[in-house]
Amino acid sequence: MAGFDWALALPYIFAALMGVAILVYVILDGFDLGIGILSPLADEAQKDRMVASIGPFWDANETWLVLAVGLLLVAFPIAHGVILTTLYFPVAVLLIGLILRGVAFEFRAKVSLSAKPSWNVMFFAGSLMSALSQGYMLGLYVLGLDTGWAASGFALLVAVCLAAAYAAIGAAWLIHKTEGELQKRAVTWLRASLGFVALGMAAISLATPLASERIWERWLGFPETLYLAPLPVLTLTLFVWLWRLSARMPLEGDRMNLAPFVSLAGIFCLGFAGLAWSFYPYVVPGRITIVEAASATESLAIILVGTLFVLPVITGYSIWAYRIFGGKAVDLRYD
Amino acid sequence: MDTLLLSRIQFAANISFHILFPTITIALGWLLLWFRLRFNRTGDQAYMDAYFFWVKVFALSFAMGVVSGITMSFQFGTNWPGFMESVGNIAGPLLAYEVLTAFFLEAVFLGIMLFGFRRVSGRVHTLATFLVAFGTTMSAFWILVLNSWMHTPQGYEIRDGVAYATDWLAIVFNPSMPYRLVHVLLASGLTVAFLVAGLSALRWLFGDRGRANMLALRSGLTLGAVLIPLQILAGDLHGLNTLEHQPQKVAAMEANWETGPRVPLVLFAIPDEAARENRFEIGIPGGASLILKHDLDGVVPGLNDFVAEDGTVLHPPVTPLFFAFRIMVGVGFAMLFVAWIGSFVIWRRGDINRPLAFVLVPMALSGWVATLAGWYTTEIGRQPWLVSGVLKTADAVTTVPATSVGITLAAYLLVYAALIAAYLSVIVALALKAAKVPQRPPSVKDPGIDPDPAMAFGMGR
Repeated sequence: MAGFDWALALPYIFAALMGVAILVYVILDGFDLGIGILSPLADEAQKDRMVASIGPFWDANETWLVLAVGLLLVAFPIAHGVILTTLYFPVAVLLIGLILRGVAFEFRAKVSLSAKPSWNVMFFAGSLMSALSQGYMLGLYVLGLDTGWAASGFALLVAVCLAAAYAAIGAAWLIHKTEGELQKRAVTWLRASLGFVALGMAAISLATPLASERIWERWLGFPETLYLAPLPVLTLTLFVWLWRLSARMPLEGDRMNLAPFVSLAGIFCLGFAGLAWSFYPYVVPGRITIVEAASATESLAIILVGTLFVLPVITGYSIWAYRIFGGKAVDLRYD
Repeated sequence: MDTLLLSRIQFAANISFHILFPTITIALGWLLLWFRLRFNRTGDQAYMDAYFFWVKVFALSFAMGVVSGITMSFQFGTNWPGFMESVGNIAGPLLAYEVLTAFFLEAVFLGIMLFGFRRVSGRVHTLATFLVAFGTTMSAFWILVLNSWMHTPQGYEIRDGVAYATDWLAIVFNPSMPYRLVHVLLASGLTVAFLVAGLSALRWLFGDRGRANMLALRSGLTLGAVLIPLQILAGDLHGLNTLEHQPQKVAAMEANWETGPRVPLVLFAIPDEAARENRFEIGIPGGASLILKHDLDGVVPGLNDFVAEDGTVLHPPVTPLFFAFRIMVGVGFAMLFVAWIGSFVIWRRGDINRPLAFVLVPMALSGWVATLAGWYTTEIGRQPWLVSGVLKTADAVTTVPATSVGITLAAYLLVYAALIAAYLSVIVALALKAAKVPQRPPSVKDPGIDPDPAMAFGMGR
């Protein structure tokens, strides 16, 4: 490939990799966090079953966040500094939330019965804090890391909607992994949260072009708007389809129990594609581009070699682990 | 207090909390693999019982390590943006390789190791245990490569204030890496040896004479007795390596102010950094020269060599180094004493006695004390540099206001204190619960002995 400029291509390859890591994180840990958010609605036996449905996976799911922030750190060190110092408090809330959520898993399974309710609360609170802070950060990011009152208000709205989106995908996961009463309740939870998901996506879709003239041009200029059109059309189609399908769930013989999860994952992907379309080529909106923030070419190259070799392996053994713990969730036991 | 000091305390609190758990999981993973392999070989259910008890401690420790580790990867950006801006080209790939080769491996196979005993074949379960242990060790390798490079950087060049890698082999195999890696891995082994011996001794005190508990107790004591002399040797070599590359750190550890021969080994003193001398000094004449140069007339560097013409102090603070180092060495010798006597007793009697049990129980946390003291010695000993000779700590810190850092610091400290208390009370509770039911009915299925061929590929239910 003579003439192929690696120095120019590498930053974009890494931006794409980071995007994939964030998207995979949002889908996979999204359902973990969602189940945490939904947990107070369930009785004790159902809580155990809900935790069992994510117990073998949550740790690996969370690792995608480590990869995403790691790629930001290693590939775009300047952006990492700017973004994380601006989002100092939401990041602290996220971290404390993730700490509480992660350890609550282990503690609630090992403490005495009398102490278990407090760890259930930690599990819920940690999941909710993580989801809200991620949504809050997304909201601020969409507005170009503006930190005024209006921006904070908008970010709070996105926070609530992202928490609801996580609850929705968590409920969708439960529809796949559970049966009987819990599955029926999960359908109700899914339908209750879908409205907020739609609201959140609509709010971001309205605010993003309004916040920046550049994005306005990209969305509504011609012929750009034609390229963009499939995104809202597909998203809307999926929403309507999911709404009508879930009204009839659970279906006879538990058919299509994975369909809500897959369609929600699809909606997440479409939303993410919209964001990527809007913010390209910036890594800090309106301020620092992907190329400006990138590390030295030789450093990126050495990471890329490892990534391209290891990522398929990781994907392979992750799928294998999901198959081992496939089917309906049963109580977790060590022995 | 300013942003710099608060950020340093916050990072120190975070990394101190974090290291407590990886230092357990690294070696405990291998101990669990050993239990698993012994069970595969002998079919003795006691090994599997020991596995099932200790895998719970492993799971809890692992979760604590994961969540506090994530916190650190964010704090590079929130509190130390200058670090990645100036040495990100070197630190970045090393951290990336840690995530790619270690984090995913351990996180994915942890699920199978913890909950897969009845879902996969014995062979696959053994493999999962191995991969988790291997993953934790790989993680230690990469992070210690980076940490060692911060102490003894090489294989880079500076262009416009930013470090660029010129030789990756030189970066990975920097001079202090092999010593630090061995020292830390042995420390992990010792932490686990004493944790296992101590918690088993607690179960023993509550009447648990079950085979699984005695087996863990014996494993812990033996492991401790074998590793501690190796650790003393490795520590000595690491110290000599430090003397070569960071003499000011060794001078501060020894509280030696003047360069010269026949420097005494200071056993106790109150270093006075203002007057630049020691108070209440008790020393062994020529001791430091003997230890550091293996020669009474060996010339040992003193702190006064590390003061600039204008009076700027270029060496690390003396008091914390002097005491942290002595705590580490003191605990090390206590470990030697206890592990050897304990091993002797259990070898002669086939059992321990009450006095020994009462010593072993508090020694359960001796590894934590020594590990923290050792890390404080080496990390404070690098100050005022973040990366020796390349980047000063003060130049890497964030512009976030001190109040903000103070608030988050208070929140982290609160969470960490509560979690340590919860962690300790839960592992003690687990031990007491296990002590009450020492004999578990034998398992119906014995996958280690009779692997079902259909399950060998892990597709069995």
